[in-house]
Amino acid sequence: GLGAIGIAGSASAQDALEPNTLEEIRTYNNYYEFGVGKNDPAQNAHQLDTSNWTVKIDGLVDNPGDYALADLLSGLSVEDRLYRFRCVEAWSMVIPWNGIELADILNKVGVQSSAKYVAFETVVQPDNMIGVRNRVLDFPYVEGLRLDEAMHPLTIMATGIYDEPLANQNGAPMRLVVPWKYGFKSIKSIVRITLTDEEPPISWNKANRREYGFYSNVNPTVDHPRWSQATERRVGGGLFASRQDTLMFNGYPEVASLYEGMDLSEFF
Amino acid sequence: MHIVDTVNQSLRRVPTWTIYIVGAAWVVWMFYLAATDQMGPEPINALEREYGELGLKLIVLGLMVTPLRTWTGVNLLKFRRAIGVTAFFVVLAHFLVWAVLDVQSFGRMWTEVVKRPYVTVGMIAFVLMVPLALTSNNRSIRKLGANWRKLHKLTYPVAVLAVLHYIWLVKGFQIEPIVYALIVGGLLALRVKLRQRRAVKPGGLAVGE
Repeated sequence: GLGAIGIAGSASAQDALEPNTLEEIRTYNNYYEFGVGKNDPAQNAHQLDTSNWTVKIDGLVDNPGDYALADLLSGLSVEDRLYRFRCVEAWSMVIPWNGIELADILNKVGVQSSAKYVAFETVVQPDNMIGVRNRVLDFPYVEGLRLDEAMHPLTIMATGIYDEPLANQNGAPMRLVVPWKYGFKSIKSIVRITLTDEEPPISWNKANRREYGFYSNVNPTVDHPRWSQATERRVGGGLFASRQDTLMFNGYPEVASLYEGMDLSEFF
Repeated sequence: MHIVDTVNQSLRRVPTWTIYIVGAAWVVWMFYLAATDQMGPEPINALEREYGELGLKLIVLGLMVTPLRTWTGVNLLKFRRAIGVTAFFVVLAHFLVWAVLDVQSFGRMWTEVVKRPYVTVGMIAFVLMVPLALTSNNRSIRKLGANWRKLHKLTYPVAVLAVLHYIWLVKGFQIEPIVYALIVGGLLALRVKLRQRRAVKPGGLAVGE
């Protein structure tokens, strides 16, 4: 609604955004805990148990604890955000999220002044997540943001898409969405949020530090070592779709000030 | 040996062109699925992978013909040329999807081949397959004589590069490419073993002698 228009509506590139269908969004996923094929999460994620979901909030916060999801989000406003979503594998979608600004959640639990980073952790249910035993990555999947990135109004905790609750393969019941970063930063099915004063480890960087940096901002001028990031394939375009140019910060230039003075090829 | 004989007898009745027909039909069928939105919401990469994986499977199958005959007696020898040539055409389809539908420009193709090692090795494997496909006919065998066998040993580096291409392109630690690597590694090891056996017993050829 208002949030989407007011915050994400400034760039002219925003105008032509045509969202992907719910079916596309639910059948083309990376969620390695459920398999490495793009359709594996859609096939396997129904086994995830999202009942009685609690989120542990700890570290440098005023009100640490195990929060029932409903309690954590109660009183906070859910907004509609139509965002581009750019995977590090060079495909992209446009997704109409419903979510809560992460800043609202963090303010609710009270971030201490010494905190500089936020770390996130995905649930591990080995019996329900058939990909976990294959150890494609070192699970649990972990991610992190610098505090100013986490507090940026574009950063949300999504709980729905198209006004429907998140499908498990999309990261139910709650996942991060950071639209100017590669998709793997937008960690799914979050069970833990930790405020820290040092840069937290992130899963893909642990797996291959040469290829995946902590920041992982969408940047058409910094290639992945194994492929170009200059262009992308839009999911849903069919077999004969043209490649599209990838936009700096995925078309969200308002975040550029967060990285002023940083060499983005060094801090990739 | 009874089962093996039955298998070989049935195989004798299958004409070799079956391989070409089945291979071509499969390539066309996959293309149809991709073009009609039946291969998921992002069919370009899906089709590229389908063709790539079948190409690798056929290369591996081609490598299995001799050890299969030596160690089990199952004789696929008459299909080997068809398997190899079909592998080439499937890999050609893989290349064309990559070039035309995926990267979509000569400039980007060149950049990819030069800058991305996994594309480089894939391209080398494809180029090495060209002379093999071109000489997969009786006339070339006659003309090239002993050199034909030497030339067609290129199949081994092709298989190794194809597996490397696969391992190199996936993210994280994935099982499938490793399985292919183990199979190709095993088949090459069998080749070495077979050659040692032949060296010990000159003229010794197949099982049953």
